[in-house]
Amino acid sequence: MSIQGKKVIQVLVKISEKIDENKAYLSELDAAIGDGDHGLNLNKGFKAVIEKIKEDDGSDIGGILKKAGMALVSNVGGASGPLYGTAFMKAAMSVNGKSEIDMSDFSKMLEDALEGIKMRGKGQANDKTMIDAIEPASNSIKHGIAQGLEAKEVLKLAKEAAYKGVEHTKEIIARKGRASYLGERSLGHQDAGATSSAIIIETIYEALN
Amino acid sequence: MVGIVIVSHSKNIADGVKELAEQMAPDVPIAVAGGTSDKRVGTDMGKILNAIENVYSEDGAIIIFDLGSAFMNAEMAIECLDESMKEKIKILDCPIVEGAVTAAVESSIGKNIGEIEAALQSMNLGKMP
Repeated sequence: MSIQGKKVIQVLVKISEKIDENKAYLSELDAAIGDGDHGLNLNKGFKAVIEKIKEDDGSDIGGILKKAGMALVSNVGGASGPLYGTAFMKAAMSVNGKSEIDMSDFSKMLEDALEGIKMRGKGQANDKTMIDAIEPASNSIKHGIAQGLEAKEVLKLAKEAAYKGVEHTKEIIARKGRASYLGERSLGHQDAGATSSAIIIETIYEALN
Repeated sequence: MVGIVIVSHSKNIADGVKELAEQMAPDVPIAVAGGTSDKRVGTDMGKILNAIENVYSEDGAIIIFDLGSAFMNAEMAIECLDESMKEKIKILDCPIVEGAVTAAVESSIGKNIGEIEAALQSMNLGKMP
């Protein structure tokens, strides 16, 4: 699998569209155990991302992701701004100056994004956050590559792992974010950040299929 | 004097805290970063950066915040600054109202960042992630 810069831009456009389609759903999830603005915030952020990168020439994928990260920090009002912003900016680092990337690049990008999120939010698995979708996806990708699976299969398994993580968030108590103030009341509810992360991973899979 | 930056998800809260702190310490540089740039509840890295630049001096600055993402955005704002400035800026763990008022008074009598931090220690809430 080899992805050119222009394709990366197309994928980001698809992500923005998917987030827009799901903004009410994401805000509803967030309203149950948070401040209810996740969908709106993320939609605004990704619209700003597209404005920043749509004219990019695609020659530097790291540059594209860095611009995306900065647009998210500046335009997403909640915790998702610094978290998704840092994720994209960290993902950008290993692909700076690259005009095309392959599966192992993508694996490194996701790994770096995850580390960035953990560093920024001081979170870990089972806090009932986006980490609970992204970590399983990242692990699944590393595993798939090690097994020599085809790119499409690797991404499909990553998507499935992400959604499994989302389901799992219903079974745990929030330890981060506004939901953590609810304690046991957060049980049974699906985390909005994990959901948006899974949607993003799913969109990447669909776009590269 | 050490500058004070007040970060809140709510513009009203940030402005109100500044109002209280200024009553106790009218000469201390205090700046706010409350709410988002489009006037909603949330925090904004750009606003925080501006606020830091407004109150920063050789004596440095401290940042007092309300909840979680305020800390993350404050951290990111500091990361954008020059190395020389970064070392003289500290985010402190304290309740936003009581901490800001105490810090303003301490700053007004010439205390440095370390001394202000020590003065706030009994108010630590364990809110730093």
